[in-house]
Amino acid sequence: MAFLDLTNLEKVFGTNRVVKDFSLGVDKGEFVSLLGPSGCGKTTVLRMVAGFETPTSGSIRIDGQDVTDQRTNQRAIGMMFQAYALFPNMTVADNVAFGLKVKGVPRAEREARVIEMLQLIGLPDLASRFPFQLSGGQQQRVALARALAPQPRVLLLDEPLSALDAKVRVSLRNEIREIQRELGITTIFVTHDQEEAMSISDRIVVMNGGIAEQAGAPFEIYNNPRTRFVAGFVGTLNMFTAMVEDAERGLITVAGQRIALATGAIEARNGETVNLALRPEAIRLGRAVSCEVVLPATIEAVHFLGSVIRVRARVAGTVVALDTFNRPDQPPPPLGSTAEISFAASDVILLPA
Amino acid sequence: MTRFFAWTAFLLGVLFFVLPLVGMTEFSLKMRRGEYSFDAYRRVFEDQRFWDTFSYSLILAGATIVFGVLLVVPTAYWVRLKLPQARPVIEFITLLPLVIPAIVIVFGYIRLYNTSSVLPLTGSALGTDFLLTMGYATLALPYMYRAVDTGLRTIDVATLTEAAQSLGAGWITILARIILPNVLVAVLSGAFLTLAIVIGEFTMAALLNRPAFGPFMQLLGANRAYEPPALAVIAFAITWGCMGLIQLVTRFSKHERAKV
Ligand SMILES: Nc1ncnc2c1ncn2[C@@H]1O[C@H](COP(=O)(O)OP(=O)(O)O)[C@@H](O)[C@H]1O
Ligand SMILES: [Mg+2]
Repeated sequence: MAFLDLTNLEKVFGTNRVVKDFSLGVDKGEFVSLLGPSGCGKTTVLRMVAGFETPTSGSIRIDGQDVTDQRTNQRAIGMMFQAYALFPNMTVADNVAFGLKVKGVPRAEREARVIEMLQLIGLPDLASRFPFQLSGGQQQRVALARALAPQPRVLLLDEPLSALDAKVRVSLRNEIREIQRELGITTIFVTHDQEEAMSISDRIVVMNGGIAEQAGAPFEIYNNPRTRFVAGFVGTLNMFTAMVEDAERGLITVAGQRIALATGAIEARNGETVNLALRPEAIRLGRAVSCEVVLPATIEAVHFLGSVIRVRARVAGTVVALDTFNRPDQPPPPLGSTAEISFAASDVILLPA
Repeated sequence: MTRFFAWTAFLLGVLFFVLPLVGMTEFSLKMRRGEYSFDAYRRVFEDQRFWDTFSYSLILAGATIVFGVLLVVPTAYWVRLKLPQARPVIEFITLLPLVIPAIVIVFGYIRLYNTSSVLPLTGSALGTDFLLTMGYATLALPYMYRAVDTGLRTIDVATLTEAAQSLGAGWITILARIILPNVLVAVLSGAFLTLAIVIGEFTMAALLNRPAFGPFMQLLGANRAYEPPALAVIAFAITWGCMGLIQLVTRFSKHERAKV
């Protein structure tokens, strides 16, 4: 049994089923992200774990103990919110000490712990400041320290970075991950930003309409999305429709080109249409070695992003995005020119129609 | 041109407000024939009844404020947190004391709690004091509730509550350590208004026959010439003193400056 166990969680608001049959086990020290579009129920799941919402059905266990009916203040969880939630009437040190005071930790121990926490978040000199004297990034750091100070069993983060500007967001997310690793604290992180989720998570749960569509390591989710939604939500995706020629041998055709799928036999009937997905980085401009599928293309747009050049090309009636690395001796192709693209059959992701 | 009218209106307002004060102060200094003196003030301060009634009203004001804060802060907090749809109803209820005359309330009290009733509160001085305090709290309710509710609007009540809960705090801790400190200035302005109401209140104290400051002022006004304006000036000075104190407290609570 996992350290944090969510079993068949359901949440209904009025007639609105917001979370449907949601199950998840999080191991001790694991960093799991709930990823999905706005309104898909991420926050609701997190709030049920925190005890702010009572599940309509299902159960929540932390470290083997059933906490489903326990009140928030007895669950020993730490939480960080999207909105700045520091107590405005208290200094940074008092904010961090709050949970310890409530727990009845003696003063000397409390003060030592506050210093330790402020060092952990890299703000040892701001102890006597008030929240309104801090930047957004500093406030969220202090909020993290405050949540961690009483040594909670589980850390819950609800889009804690979304109010910050882009640069701070990236540096703080890495910092959160480092601190989480250092302390080995079991963590659930909610975000709608797939890049954020992929860059810091051990595991991602992609949610859609209150359902967990797929759970897995970022590498797994990105490279082997099981549903069309997951494939589309995580990263950019190029979709082709293909015709099944021989399901048993895994043969399909795209724009007259026959492709022998690496997976071999597929679950489809001959003559049926299926969806093929390809990541931008799996498609090459020109004929590349080890890319056995070659299709003619027209260049429609070129976006120079620095180390990467993203090209939009029309292939077999659809526009695909493909990424090439910048090389000084190889200028990008001119707009409107014809070219060939190629990809390996083993990179093809087959999705249910 | 608009500036000119604005200034004119402002000056008229100031005159309307200040002139009676100046006149009253001037008159209060004229007790000794032909010269200005503080004789009227000395007479007031020498009167034992002034000190008795004033301290009585002060104590009741203190009790009213404590009761009002204990009633209003948790209520306004709870309504904001859990029953936002009930806010119009609560606001209406808190406004009722403004439209129901104090005399109606006090007659209601006397009918309900007289010596032959189930709860004969008017039978003892302490019981009557308690009734009077409740009456004062009712009169002060519109001001106290509005002040506290406005104070609560400046903080994110729901998120702060949840943050405190996640850190292990219960309701009492949340109210005492987070909500109350953050609405302290609002509570103080409510307390100040309560004090002003209680010190000047006449009807309830007179009908319940308690030795409060209001009935004393009335008594003095009916029998003397120079002392009543002196008393009014004193009351005014106390009021302005309270306002100064509120300013001072605001200045000292650092985090409050962020909101201004
Ligand atoms: N307290 C509530 N009462 C009614 N509906 C709610 C409540 N909280 C959330 N919802 C609804 O539940 C759905 C999921 O919300 P939420 O969990 O906040 O999504 P997310 O965090 O993924 O954006 C939304 O449609 C939202 O309107
Ligand atoms: Mg959310």
